[in-house]
Amino acid sequence: MTEKKIKHPAFVIWNQLKKNKIAVIGLIIVSLYVFCAIFAPYISPYDPTKQNLAESFQSPNVRHLLGCDDFGRDILSRIIWGARISLLIQLSSVVLALIIGILLGALGGYYGGKIDEVIMRFMDILLAFPGMLLALAIVAMLGPSLRNLIIAIGVYSVPQFARITRGAVLAVRANEYIVGAKAIGESDAAIILRYVLPNALSPIIVQTTLRMATVLLTASGLGFLGLGVQPPNPEWGTMLSSARMYLRAAPHVAIFPGLAIMITVLGFNFLGDGLQDALNPRLKE
Amino acid sequence: MIKFIVRRLILLIPVLIGVSVIAFLMLHLAPGDPAKLLAGLEASAEDVAALRVRFGLDKPLFVQYFMFLKGIFDGSLISLKYEMPVVNVIAPRILNTLKLSCASILVALTVGMIAGILSAVRRHSIVDYIATTMALLGVSMPVFWWGLILIMIFSVYLMWLPSGGMGDLRHLILPAIVLGTSSAGVIARMTRSSMMDILKQDYITAAKAKGLPSRIVVYRHALRNALIPTVTVVGLEFGYMLAGAVLTETVFSWPGIGRLIVDSIMARDYPVVQASLVLVAGLFVMVNLGVDILYAFLDPRIRYD
Repeated sequence: MTEKKIKHPAFVIWNQLKKNKIAVIGLIIVSLYVFCAIFAPYISPYDPTKQNLAESFQSPNVRHLLGCDDFGRDILSRIIWGARISLLIQLSSVVLALIIGILLGALGGYYGGKIDEVIMRFMDILLAFPGMLLALAIVAMLGPSLRNLIIAIGVYSVPQFARITRGAVLAVRANEYIVGAKAIGESDAAIILRYVLPNALSPIIVQTTLRMATVLLTASGLGFLGLGVQPPNPEWGTMLSSARMYLRAAPHVAIFPGLAIMITVLGFNFLGDGLQDALNPRLKE
Repeated sequence: MIKFIVRRLILLIPVLIGVSVIAFLMLHLAPGDPAKLLAGLEASAEDVAALRVRFGLDKPLFVQYFMFLKGIFDGSLISLKYEMPVVNVIAPRILNTLKLSCASILVALTVGMIAGILSAVRRHSIVDYIATTMALLGVSMPVFWWGLILIMIFSVYLMWLPSGGMGDLRHLILPAIVLGTSSAGVIARMTRSSMMDILKQDYITAAKAKGLPSRIVVYRHALRNALIPTVTVVGLEFGYMLAGAVLTETVFSWPGIGRLIVDSIMARDYPVVQASLVLVAGLFVMVNLGVDILYAFLDPRIRYD
């Protein structure tokens, strides 16, 4: 009898993902983005905040591949360093949202009853602020800064994760192995951590990836409004905000940061869609 | 049906109370003394004291909350910047945003549905690939950047359309396209997937087997049912536009509610920010309820009780 190797789930998912061209493109974009963020000091050709007024508004050329902005700063370097800021915002706010959201969703879904009712009503209240309005309100309250931006975007992402976790927990709660775990005297915390959450993992992974895209759009939007990362930090939305004034004279100053946002968001969306297909075989045609 | 509507309306009450409490607490949770926040950095101690009395900040918190709620509607809540009741500041702005949102939904619905239907009917054709890619691009694009690009093309280079402000219909074209783009993407994706689900159903196969021309099968038999999920998305998107218009309104200097909220945050005009939050969130949940009711009405299989 030949021994059949059991493949690790991550391996199976990777195989599925590999077959999906769009998802692979997404993965490449995201990897490139993360690479820029990590190695910014080594790959960026210039100092992103160094002003050189003699080179203001230079069009793209050999020395400055994407040209220079109003203060003569190299746009390519600013975009590379901007990846670092954006990734920091995305990761910290999504992790914040994951922790709170999963905790609330798991508690509500697992215990049901009053606890569930209270948590979900509270999520409804947060969801009643459409779009980025909640993040806007929180920034307005705390004042614009990187830390407050992360808090604002984190809190505004909590309901999505809470809802998804709750749904997944509700779906597995009634299974026999949960009843069995209870019967042998496992504690609630152990049951939630060891049996319930792993089953909720795939929707959470998909949601996390797609949320990274939304979060980037929101963070750069707030930056554009002047309520996000403050200048002279090279955040992409903030860069666009000052570029508005020079649309006629120097369109390249506005074009490139926007392209960077769009391509990155597209990458996360591609990857999220691909993961959704790979993690949910039933959805396949 | 009536029972369902009434029950949903009752469920809205705690949500609306929660929203107003959060908006009210905004001022009190902000670091520092609320009276000083309202008065601004350069205010003298007398000014701060006067404001504290004027806004009732010396009263207990729950009294202040009821004063705030009452003030929104009876005009006793006054904008710091405009020196008039907040309702009078907010109402015309909400109307402007509604105008923009309606135009945008029209754009989104037309473009999104056509793209969605085409790509579902000609699945895996070049049309499908182009439409799905465009839809994903639309969803992934930062609206404010898209606005700037369109201004560059149509206002700066071609000089066909104004770059901002509110006036005749020409002022509405660019903002409506910009605000509608991401919704068009969402609607296209939704229409495509629901259309594809429907086209797989037995009754479609039966209709085709009867020898009906595919045009009739698609438009008379499939489309009707495929549109039900689309309606929900349209409603939700419309709700998001009410607030999501912040960025579009900023790019095109459109005097809507989103722009007002941002300007008021900058000017520390807290009463306007707080009241706008309550009103926009209220409008949003009402639109959502409307969508749910419409959904139940359109699809008789759905019953909520």
